[in-house]
Amino acid sequence: MARMIAWRVPQIAATLAILSLAAFLAIGAMPGDPISLAMMADPRLGPADVERMRALHGLDQPLLLRWWAWATGVLRGEFGYSRLFARPAAEVLWPALRGSLVLLGTALALAAGLGIGAGMLAALRPRWRGAVDAVALLSQALPAFWLGILLIILFAVTLGWLPAGGAPDAGGVAEAARFLVLPVATLAIAHLAAYARHTAAAMAEVLRAPWITAARARGAPESRIAFRHALPNAAVPLLSILALDAGALVSGALITETVFARPGMGKLLTDAVMGNDHNLALLALLLVAGTTLLATLAADLAQRGLDPRLGREG
Amino acid sequence: MIPEMREAEPLRAAALALLPLLAAAPAAAQGRDQGRDTLTIGLSQATGTFHPNIESMAAKSYILGFARRPLTGHGPDWRPLCLACDVFPTLENGQVVLENTPEGKPGMRVTWRLREDLRWGDGRPVTAEDLRFAWEAGRAFETGFGGAEFYRQAYEFISPDPRTVTLRLDKVSFDAGSAGGFEPLPAHIDRAIWEADRRNYRSRTAYDTDTTNRGLWNGPYRVTAVQPGAGVTLERNEAWAGPAPAFRRVNIRVVENSAALEAQLLAGQVDMIAGELGLSLDQAIALERRARGRFRFEYRAGLVWEHLDLRLDNPILSDLRVRQALMLAIDRPRIVAGLFDGRQPVAATSIHPDDPMIDKSLAPWPFDLARAQALLEEAGWRPGPDGIRRNAEGARLTVDLQTTAGNRSRETVLQAIQGMWRAAGVEGRIANQPPRVLFGETLSQRRFQGAALFAWISSPENVPRSTLHSDEIPTAARNWSGQNYPGYRNPEMDALIEALPQELDAEKRRPMWSRLQAMVHRDLPALPLWHRADAHVWPQWLEGVRPTGNMSPSSLWVTDWRMR
Repeated sequence: MARMIAWRVPQIAATLAILSLAAFLAIGAMPGDPISLAMMADPRLGPADVERMRALHGLDQPLLLRWWAWATGVLRGEFGYSRLFARPAAEVLWPALRGSLVLLGTALALAAGLGIGAGMLAALRPRWRGAVDAVALLSQALPAFWLGILLIILFAVTLGWLPAGGAPDAGGVAEAARFLVLPVATLAIAHLAAYARHTAAAMAEVLRAPWITAARARGAPESRIAFRHALPNAAVPLLSILALDAGALVSGALITETVFARPGMGKLLTDAVMGNDHNLALLALLLVAGTTLLATLAADLAQRGLDPRLGREG
Repeated sequence: MIPEMREAEPLRAAALALLPLLAAAPAAAQGRDQGRDTLTIGLSQATGTFHPNIESMAAKSYILGFARRPLTGHGPDWRPLCLACDVFPTLENGQVVLENTPEGKPGMRVTWRLREDLRWGDGRPVTAEDLRFAWEAGRAFETGFGGAEFYRQAYEFISPDPRTVTLRLDKVSFDAGSAGGFEPLPAHIDRAIWEADRRNYRSRTAYDTDTTNRGLWNGPYRVTAVQPGAGVTLERNEAWAGPAPAFRRVNIRVVENSAALEAQLLAGQVDMIAGELGLSLDQAIALERRARGRFRFEYRAGLVWEHLDLRLDNPILSDLRVRQALMLAIDRPRIVAGLFDGRQPVAATSIHPDDPMIDKSLAPWPFDLARAQALLEEAGWRPGPDGIRRNAEGARLTVDLQTTAGNRSRETVLQAIQGMWRAAGVEGRIANQPPRVLFGETLSQRRFQGAALFAWISSPENVPRSTLHSDEIPTAARNWSGQNYPGYRNPEMDALIEALPQELDAEKRRPMWSRLQAMVHRDLPALPLWHRADAHVWPQWLEGVRPTGNMSPSSLWVTDWRMR
């Protein structure tokens, strides 16, 4: 495992460096820089003003030089200033990241818990299979924006039980939790299908294994067979889904954040890229990419821990 | 002029389909006690910087309207007025004086006298030193303030006493009293920051690093909390000496998705939606139909002018007869009636019907398909076998059409125009682009080849130099500055635009404005569509909000807002 970590960490660092350069060049090549926008906002800016403003903001430098200045700044812990929010980029990122972690963390925990439970039920009690498949199909088929609006209509507008969106201005954990219920439900419903289907398939395969038959023959109770023998083995493919969802934790959920007007990474990333906010966009992209790569590494390590054959093969 | 860049929301179109359900649902939240010492306002755009002189944003202007007093503004009747000063400077009252600059050029000096009772939130009076700081910072280019031209013109600052300020300007202009974006900045807080590092003042100003500092605010409210991108909380400013506002607290909640904004309104989470930046007109009209009685709706046509810029160096569009035919072939009243419930006045030119300089004798171009067809025949375009006209060389009469992709309203308008032009034998090819591409490159670098539908925002009696003067045609040599995207060249127009600002007598300007409007009406460098209306949505219990339709937001008169 140590060898694997020693090999993968430099790979991750190199990937992040290449990714940051590619993202910097891509954003820089997009039409419309901050000066173009300033020109539209203030038509009295003349050609000389535009030239001076480009020099003032360093936009007269080649993109590669600008990336180098940015990258060396990042290595010194300077993440730059967000043009859109008029604050240091790291300061803007934190509340959005916190919002996404809370929203997606809760939603994914709920989705994983319910989905794995439903998947196990389908595998262990075949008569429930049809019902679980139907729920999974429904959850996958419902677009998040549509489901979100329906939940708002029912619980916020009609019944008035829950807020339609946003975040509380004040109040404690209970108030914050009220604002979370609808977006978490929207996301959890959308995600639970994948967990349910994968768990059902993996469990069904494991339950057909000869050693499970042997365990049954030895008289092991079904609950022990399910939780001690079958689930850990069925969990290996589920770890890959969890690793990918860990990336989603920090990349946010644009649609749900938009419908429920919650601050989060999905909206922040979109706004930063579309608003030509280089520093913020790059910081957010690096965070998302870094988290996904590290989570994938963690999942690989966990899979090897659960199934030592993977280590021998690899 | 400033382009209207209300960007499309990614989910808006899809979510709109569900909106009828929203309003049809009984509103449990409406009956709740609102705790009426707080007013919660929904806004569809967030603000970045809170500094009044850095970057121009409608959301910032609306929020600062509660917490700051600019020197001057335009009232709901569109007349210029003093907000931080006591009398608006004019030639008649002697506060505007014509003179020559030290170099012998015609210039003027303008005097403003600050209101005696105006104080920053920390109790310090607003003085000439605050204006001196704003002037010095504005004159230093590296500070990066907007309105650079005003500061370039204001070459000398004179302050005989703490309340009086005179600026000497090296140009004569009838609107000098309005002072552009010149407004007091708290020198006791920000001057030291600016002097320490002028180049980085933009990112170090207390407006963004210490936004809740009382000393930054001199309006009826002060900012007490900021959630970047999500909202702002304002509370009564204890140092405000004017009429007390009715609400102890105003919450501004930013909900960028208009469907979500409507949901929050119906759920009772926001009390009102600001017309300046709220629901689109079609959405508000639909909401009014479904939820009439629960809210009050007011539609105010303002200074957002929707139009089609035409690329005049396109050989097809360089022919005046073709441009006039394209204008005559658009049934604008029908579009406005069908899509906007008739609530947007059809435009004759860019000049708004409420503008003091409107020439009312100039009627909007009518819809006249027969005349359009005759003009096209005269220009040599004959109907082809598929109904699209062709010229003698066999070239099709095709015009590229572009607008901001994702803006459902504009996309629908463009499709309607495409259909109407087809009836006249003109093929419209639609190729919409994201706002960033359209505004950041296609328009500003004149890469469009046909017609582009977008809007300009202006102010009352705004001389359209940037859009109509031939010096303002963007070129690479000019760093693409200027907004004359059609490439309109008319020496008479250039001369008129040069002369207009220098004529201080409003009655003598009137015929000049009429001539300007007549030329634009005839030459059609842009096809005027309509003046856009803002939709204000208020609770039944709120009164006193007066939409202005101009660049001074309704929030500047928050002390008039009352509960019924």
